Amino acid sequence: MNDIDGTGRAADFARGFPLPSSLRTLAGTEAAQAAYPYYMQFGPGDDERFWFYNSMHFPEPMCAFDMVTAEAAYCALGAANTRVHCLPTTLGIDYRIINGRVYIGGNAVTDPTEIARRTVEFQKRAFYYYENWERLYAQWREKMLRLIGDAQSLARPMLPEFEPLANVHAGRGIASNHDLIDIYNKALEGYFRMWHHHFEFLLLGYGAYLTFFAFCKKAFPEISDQTVSRMVAGIDAEIFRPDDELRRLARCAVEMGVDAHFQEERTPEAIMTSLRAAGKQGELWLKELQTSRDPWFNINVGDGFYHYHRSWNDDLTMPFAGIPGYIARVKAGETLTRPVERLRAERQQLVADYRELLGSDEERAAYDQMISLALRVFPYVEGHKFYCEHWYTNLFFNKIREFGALLAANAFFAHESDVFQLTHYELQSAIIDLMTSWSTGSPPRGPARWPKIIAERRAALAEWAKHETPPALGPVPDIIDDPAIVMLWGITRESLNAWLKSGTDPDSNEIRGFAASNGVVEGPACVIRSVEEIGRLRQGDILVCQITNPTWAPIFQKIAGAVSDIGGSMSHAAIVAREFDLPAVVGTGNATSRIKNGQRLRVDGGRGVVTILD
Amino acid sequence: MLNHRHISWFADIGLQDRPRVGGKGGSLGELQRGGLPVPPGFVVTTSAFEQCLDALERAASVRTTVAAVDAYDLPAIQAISGTLRTRVTQAELPPELIEEITAAHAMLCGDDPTQPVALRSSATTEDASDASFAGLQDTYLWVRGVDETIRMIRSCWASLYSVESISYRRQRHFPEQNVAMAVVVQRMVDARSAGVMFTRSPVTGDRSVITIEGSWGLGSAVVGGEVTPDRWVIGKITGEISTRDISDKAIAHQPRPAGGIESVAVVEEQRRKPCMNDTELQSLREIARKVERHYGRAQDIEWAVDRARGEIFLLQSRPETVWSARDATPVARAADNPSLHVMSIFGGRT
Repeated sequence: MNDIDGTGRAADFARGFPLPSSLRTLAGTEAAQAAYPYYMQFGPGDDERFWFYNSMHFPEPMCAFDMVTAEAAYCALGAANTRVHCLPTTLGIDYRIINGRVYIGGNAVTDPTEIARRTVEFQKRAFYYYENWERLYAQWREKMLRLIGDAQSLARPMLPEFEPLANVHAGRGIASNHDLIDIYNKALEGYFRMWHHHFEFLLLGYGAYLTFFAFCKKAFPEISDQTVSRMVAGIDAEIFRPDDELRRLARCAVEMGVDAHFQEERTPEAIMTSLRAAGKQGELWLKELQTSRDPWFNINVGDGFYHYHRSWNDDLTMPFAGIPGYIARVKAGETLTRPVERLRAERQQLVADYRELLGSDEERAAYDQMISLALRVFPYVEGHKFYCEHWYTNLFFNKIREFGALLAANAFFAHESDVFQLTHYELQSAIIDLMTSWSTGSPPRGPARWPKIIAERRAALAEWAKHETPPALGPVPDIIDDPAIVMLWGITRESLNAWLKSGTDPDSNEIRGFAASNGVVEGPACVIRSVEEIGRLRQGDILVCQITNPTWAPIFQKIAGAVSDIGGSMSHAAIVAREFDLPAVVGTGNATSRIKNGQRLRVDGGRGVVTILD
Repeated sequence: MLNHRHISWFADIGLQDRPRVGGKGGSLGELQRGGLPVPPGFVVTTSAFEQCLDALERAASVRTTVAAVDAYDLPAIQAISGTLRTRVTQAELPPELIEEITAAHAMLCGDDPTQPVALRSSATTEDASDASFAGLQDTYLWVRGVDETIRMIRSCWASLYSVESISYRRQRHFPEQNVAMAVVVQRMVDARSAGVMFTRSPVTGDRSVITIEGSWGLGSAVVGGEVTPDRWVIGKITGEISTRDISDKAIAHQPRPAGGIESVAVVEEQRRKPCMNDTELQSLREIARKVERHYGRAQDIEWAVDRARGEIFLLQSRPETVWSARDATPVARAADNPSLHVMSIFGGRT
């Protein structure tokens, strides 16, 4: 059921998806919509193309500043595909925003001559990467850590009343107001640069993995997605580390005899205060906490695409919520350590067992080539998120937050987080306004301008969040074989058909998705539309969300099962669910809109079916 | 175990003995040799059949009569079949053969001479990889006592001359001289549940899954298609059970106290219950993998779960034929440059 025009009328996609031009900006939000840059607005010609709502990366309406994520990411993704690696059959991804929702469309290359020309280029470039993967990936990590270091070294923006005497005596020659624009430009430049690093390997990595995946599906038509990903999944990937650190801290707490300080109802602050008062053992544990925090708590509670996806370091509520459960397990005799050697041996055995089942030595030779390529690329596929989406985006949004604090202190608006209601262009103008005011000695103009606009935009975001948006727009293509779209979003002609069909059959009590993690469980649904609602989850609930995130791991020990709108064979949610041995169905398309909070569900993670029992 | 002229125990035989013990006997011996759970038993070898046939041939020709009949002349086949079956079932057996069978039967049944046994025809042409004789020769279940056993051995031999068997052989031009029948005599499993399993998906040919079909009671109800069995698809390596189709199992084959089997209605509360639990399914998976490894190729396997002790037994295993015939083209071949494989993803439709 999709309420597209704010009338509460359910949309029916039996005859296709609506055209972009038929979508209206919700009444009263026109000014907020107009704030997005012109190149993101739907316009002439867009009706002829197929678009889909990128609810995987942008499941909630995007505020004005956060659109920088879409902007920087698609700039870099397109550059990699179109110009750097020269993917033969696709160029970049176009994006548009309406009612805060980001729609994207592929840009396929269909002319055979052009494909052939691009294939030659692709093989010169991509194959070089595959052949030199380890060296280039080691270099990538250095680059990424340097970029993170640069971002960390950016000063906090501030304006002294008088230029510090030291600067004057040193003959610095530029005044402190210039530092504001310098810091801002560097922060923004770093963010755009980070996304280039992000896509340097991404498509090539996914492509190599999917090559192996497709081979397995052909050789073993009934093999589950999860089995294929288990064959290549990293044993000690960065993505597991934050949760591993929580387990380690729980063990430390028990060993040091300070576990009694961790009680479910206590805030992290209260726990830390009581630990500090507990003497030497308490201090020792807090030191261990410090070791874990840098860098492993630089992980966001969401995908890092929104400014309010704060990190564990920013808000210890999430990691601390996980510790008491782990403490209980330690006391029950579990070691909670990842049996790395055993897991590695199991993975090797799995690869060898499937190899043995192949029909001929010819197939085995091909299998060996493909899995070694997949294993080669997978550390990047799994690892990059920690550095890019988590650690770096967190540093970036926190730097912008510092500008928010400075502007709030100068009465541009009330709260530091109001800064995110400005586009990055508008923020630059506000910063220059402040710089100017500092230099002229006259009051800034911003305080008279921004509060009203910010209130208007906040109201628009709230309004947009109330309404569903169609999963796709425009004419449905006969075939979707754009490798980027298939790989990154898991969108195929079949999944579109499912979307079209689900619009017409709202009465069915079954919802189908990908079988992500084996097992059958029943329980009450807890529908979470935003990470801020995570606090509503109760022990034994079935988490129903748009996209689960591996950083939600601490709450996975609370829930009985997980269901998501988006996700597929590459979904980290699936990995975490298996880690916790929880039944999970991902990529259902519309579970969050069809399931009501509190309804009893049966999740069959082996078959990929969710049944609404009420 | 004692070896006589006409008796071979499972432990002493394997597939290479097929000319002497028939396809079924060879397969059961091979399974036992592979360390797989097979109900104990012996084979009355083809030499016993040949000896009996020699005696009959002296009275009137048997093989030449069959070899001469037209494959599509049904009335002629019916006439020959009637005569030959009667002659075989009424044949006098040499006293030393009766003695050997009696001794082996006693050893098999231990303390209880009325211990039920199964008699399975084991023709030398049966279960050849290229032609399945399945179901063409008789099986007698729940046979009690040595006299009845000896009578049924002759019935098994006689089934070689059933109308269907003769037509089948004639149509395929099997040389009649090579056709002989051994008989498997095996301790009967009083099956709580039984069925078949395939170490390759019959639907997709996938070698990484095992399809298990089973129902209540003896497996003859499943093999004979008299009941829609429960069906599971289970990952050969992962053990994940991806399909569970639990059917309404209206009837079951059970032993009749007086001997033989009967079809009975399944009680209401059992009909829609799965006939196997997950632990048992996992045991079947282990067994299936072992059998397949032993033979080095995909297998169709008949299994049963003992009612009293819950033990799993194998009753038969033969090579899968349908998908094996289609394996000619590999899914992919090695590439000179391994990177070229990614063109299947990036290169567009070809």
